[in-house]
Amino acid sequence: MDQVIAFLFEPLPFLIWTSLLKTFFVLFGAILPLVSLAVFAERKVSAFIQDRIGPNRVGAPISLIGFKKDISLWGLGQMVADPIKLLLKENFIPNSVNKFYYYIAPKLTMIPPLLVLAVIPFGSSFLTGPDGKPVPMVVANVDIGVLWVFAISSLGVYGIVLAGWASNSKYPFLGGIRSSSQMISYELALGLSVVPVFLICGTLNLTQIVDWQIQNGWLIAPWLNLEFAWWKVALGVLLPISFIIFLVSMFAETNRTPFDLPEAEQELVGGYHTEYSSMGFALFFLGEYAAMIAGSGVIVTLFFGGWSFPGIPDGTATWLPFGLEQSLPATLVWLPGAFWGFVNINVFFAKVSAFIFFFIWVRWTVPRFRYDQLMKLGWIYFFEIALVNIFLVAAVLVYLK
Amino acid sequence: MSLALFWAFAALMLIFGIGVVLLRNPVSSAMCLVVSFVGLASLFFLLDAFFIGIIQILVYAGAVMVLFLFIIMLLDLKAERARKLNLPALGGGILVLAGFIAILVRVICSEPKFAAVKPALAQSTTNDVQAVGVTLFTQFNLPFQIIGVLLLVATIGVVVLSKRELK
Repeated sequence: MDQVIAFLFEPLPFLIWTSLLKTFFVLFGAILPLVSLAVFAERKVSAFIQDRIGPNRVGAPISLIGFKKDISLWGLGQMVADPIKLLLKENFIPNSVNKFYYYIAPKLTMIPPLLVLAVIPFGSSFLTGPDGKPVPMVVANVDIGVLWVFAISSLGVYGIVLAGWASNSKYPFLGGIRSSSQMISYELALGLSVVPVFLICGTLNLTQIVDWQIQNGWLIAPWLNLEFAWWKVALGVLLPISFIIFLVSMFAETNRTPFDLPEAEQELVGGYHTEYSSMGFALFFLGEYAAMIAGSGVIVTLFFGGWSFPGIPDGTATWLPFGLEQSLPATLVWLPGAFWGFVNINVFFAKVSAFIFFFIWVRWTVPRFRYDQLMKLGWIYFFEIALVNIFLVAAVLVYLK
Repeated sequence: MSLALFWAFAALMLIFGIGVVLLRNPVSSAMCLVVSFVGLASLFFLLDAFFIGIIQILVYAGAVMVLFLFIIMLLDLKAERARKLNLPALGGGILVLAGFIAILVRVICSEPKFAAVKPALAQSTTNDVQAVGVTLFTQFNLPFQIIGVLLLVATIGVVVLSKRELK
């Protein structure tokens, strides 16, 4: 037994099993529940905005085991009922489709957002590894962090394009074509809008960007921390511009209203997933919400301090509130670090949830753009503003700082 | 470990590269090329060249091939009909290829420079994104600027060509 533990704490095996654990936590502990919660929230919030009640019946079905009434749980059971409904439906495949691409397209839509999450730091650190350093709460701490996010999310377009093409039907095809041109147009604005962030932090590594923000204040408002300086005021004007461009481009990248032209119901029936049913359709759904969560995670990490919050220490802290650490026995010295590490993870997901709410809010408030307006906004306004913004931020850093 | 990964990704690249040529459906060929690009990017990752690898995915797999696919779909190209094998042409092709490989092998084997085992490169102290940036903007600044101007000229050329009909 001791040998097994000793082996597990050697550097390489330790790296492997902690990475696997983190991957499983991100996938099954955080993202999949968050997706079904987001779908439920979408229905509830849209109901609230449209002055309806929304799903409020499905709860614990205890009448099945002999009780008089079910417990409704404010309709939270809908989170489980929706996936079960989708799974149990007949998977109808039209005759004229290209089978191979028809099967593979939903998977290609779902995988990229999940891969993007690999580089996002979702917490500070937990415990101490064999090298004496705390284990960082990020699956892959790579120097190319943000480039990874852009590269992998740009692969997401294949799923939609192939779904449209393989369906061999005209409305899905139009949806796929619209989607590919939309994603290519907005990738430029998306990439250029965050260049100021790298100019300021001097790194592409998302963990280091979060560290920078802990020391100097969140990038959305860099004057919040430390003393007054004119260059901070200038950045305080320029960085929100970059944030807004990034946020709006993210809406376009995730195909959410007001940029959901690829699936515009009134014009294209259902867009690229018209011919899909059952789990194929569910995977598109899952992909869209996973992309929304990954996008929120990137926004939170780049502009809102990631897992950090003023006043909350990271996972290396040795104290607890109310001086509780003094009454801890010697075997539990790791407890404060684990506690604050856990708090940090929750802070991150609280921020992400706030952005998911924002995504939903916008969807049920803003009407859809026309196609030429969408292209004009991306190419003529955002692209130019983002370019000018880069020059201004560089000038501020060189001449004012 | 990294050697096994090298062979796995090299094999992946080659298999899908052959797929690009052999498959009759243009969309399948394009998708094979995408997988081949991702394999190439993985090979760069294995060499610790993360920046070049990710640019490979970002530019080629993420943008260029999407445009290719876009065009293929818009032109609505049908799958090519399987042609009858032209035996003399096939034989000639194999002969030329075999000759080329034979010459390549002979050149590589005859030159002692290629046979020598090179010492491993020194581990860089900065990350490779920084290294690429510093090299581009100091040592190769002039070529870099010239390429930038060239791309600008190409962009203007495209705009002029596409607007010509509208007048």
